Amino acid sequence: MAVETSSQSVAKAAGDDVARGRSRGTGKRRGKGKCSLATHWYAGAMVAPVVLVIGVIIGYPLVRGIWLSLTDANERNVERSIGVNHIPATYEFVGLDNYTAAITGDQFLGTLGWTLLWTVACVSVTFSLGLGLAVLLNRRIAGRSVYRTLLILPWAVPGFVSVFSWRFLYNKDNGLLNKILAGGGIDAIPWLNDPTWAKVSVIAVNVWIGVPFMMVALLGGLQSIPGELYEAAEMDGANAFQRFRHITLPGLRSVSSTVTLLSVIWTFNQFPVIFLLTRGGPGEATQILVTQAFKFSFEISPRDFAQSSTWGVLILILLMAFAAVYRRVLRKQGEVW
Amino acid sequence: MTTAPAPTTAPTTAPASADTRRAGRPRRRGERSPLASVALHLTLIVASVIAVFPALWVLLTSLKPATYATTTDFFKEPTLDNYTNLLGDTPFLTWFGNSVVIAAFTTALGVFISCTTGYAVSRFRFPGKRGLMWTLLITQMFPVAVLIVPIYNILASMGLLNNAAGLVVTYMTIAVPFCAWMMKGFFDSIPREIDESGYVDGLNPFGTFWRLILPLAKPGIAVTAFYSFITAWGEVAYASAFMVGDDNLTLAGGLQKFVNQYSAQWGPMSAASVLIAVPAALVFLFAQRHLVTGMSAGAVKG
Repeated sequence: MAVETSSQSVAKAAGDDVARGRSRGTGKRRGKGKCSLATHWYAGAMVAPVVLVIGVIIGYPLVRGIWLSLTDANERNVERSIGVNHIPATYEFVGLDNYTAAITGDQFLGTLGWTLLWTVACVSVTFSLGLGLAVLLNRRIAGRSVYRTLLILPWAVPGFVSVFSWRFLYNKDNGLLNKILAGGGIDAIPWLNDPTWAKVSVIAVNVWIGVPFMMVALLGGLQSIPGELYEAAEMDGANAFQRFRHITLPGLRSVSSTVTLLSVIWTFNQFPVIFLLTRGGPGEATQILVTQAFKFSFEISPRDFAQSSTWGVLILILLMAFAAVYRRVLRKQGEVW
Repeated sequence: MTTAPAPTTAPTTAPASADTRRAGRPRRRGERSPLASVALHLTLIVASVIAVFPALWVLLTSLKPATYATTTDFFKEPTLDNYTNLLGDTPFLTWFGNSVVIAAFTTALGVFISCTTGYAVSRFRFPGKRGLMWTLLITQMFPVAVLIVPIYNILASMGLLNNAAGLVVTYMTIAVPFCAWMMKGFFDSIPREIDESGYVDGLNPFGTFWRLILPLAKPGIAVTAFYSFITAWGEVAYASAFMVGDDNLTLAGGLQKFVNQYSAQWGPMSAASVLIAVPAALVFLFAQRHLVTGMSAGAVKG
């Protein structure tokens, strides 16, 4: 099923190109991926920039980050220059001490718990809303393109601008939301000042930001499902729900599995929403792993680089483990990915 | 290439409309009961309002005099004071310029690098290809936290801290892996026969890529450019950590000056938000008709 739909979307996306390509009349087919030195040279030249980028500014920092997580580096003992004096690094290798400290301390597990809840809540709500809207937009309806443009709009607004406008709406004393509630005779809600409400608020904002991407991706997937399948199903007497369950959902499998994975990764590492909306507060109620790790290296004094890197590495391990399991599960279900 | 038209035959399913399920009389295909139509439009209108409202509210606020900024009056004594104050009395234009330069370079470099990489991975077989694909996927998972301190140190040692070039290089780490992955999917959807016709006409692989394939990949490039631009324009963590001093801040850092934990200058902030959103919206308008096509052909196929 998945294979079918994806090849379908290929044909659709490149529909006119296929025709043009064939009209050139190149009957004979070169063995694709001919392993000659020449192709290697071309391939090498073309991937060189990305290899350079990844090697220099991702690979090396990663290795260094892992190294830092095994030391007791902080602001006071790293290499630094004060005026003309150059002070060499004095931090030491401490093995896995940071990791044991993080995992046995109560802060990490507490933050992890909320990060997981945050991720699951955001992704599931975003996915449901995105799917619902994509299904609606995929129907023939007057003003469809207007609706689509309006609904994609949150995607066009830079994240931090959206977050600020939400802070504006959430403001306890002057925010529009509370004014509306007051109009209905309801007491003001401390949106960002109460731990529980703050959690609800940050999730709502992240969902609002995430729905357009989800909707567009799923809409693309929906449009690649051949209409004949629905016709055939209707002939066979399948009702709307059955068609949704047996054609739409399987047809969206390859799309939804990819966007879900991406969305989980992005939400897990979603920095700006939390950082700008609540700074992790009140207390540490909305602090997710990434914002807490950022706090270690840039907001507290002395800056704790070791602890920050340790949390970073733990985040990476968690996400990679998740991706590996996710991929295994998909593979068992026969998904090609 | 415009977005694919909806299947013109059967209507797609809407689990919500119980109405179509009750097959009282056979309705023609594609026909909806008036009630279902109303429900459909109503849902979409409510969703659109929720989608647009926060941004619209900020726009309205920016046009209100400061004294009314926090009132619920939709439109009262409209004025451009907030804008003139913002442009005249704050370093906003400097921040704006910084962001434009950084976003432009990030977009140009990001698109170029991800196109060549995507094409190479899509068309050639070479040693290390699988490894490269995996690396691209895994780098998406890198949290800011694990890279930020080492990158900070590297930039500091190269004198690139507080420097636009440093931030552009940093943004490559975010934009390139996803864009290359997406472009690969997109090039996969362009038939190989086109490459072959290029070879037959005597073009080498670079020529084929440049003169035949890139023009066909425009929707993909539009999506990639949009993504790179939005990434650079709206990034907060690196920008907050690497750039200090009024002259070097980008918009993301600068806007934080107007709102802190204790006070908020909603007037200049709302005006700034509007001015920041405008270029993003322009890029978006340019890219949006390609988004659905680009997405379905590229990213989502992985």
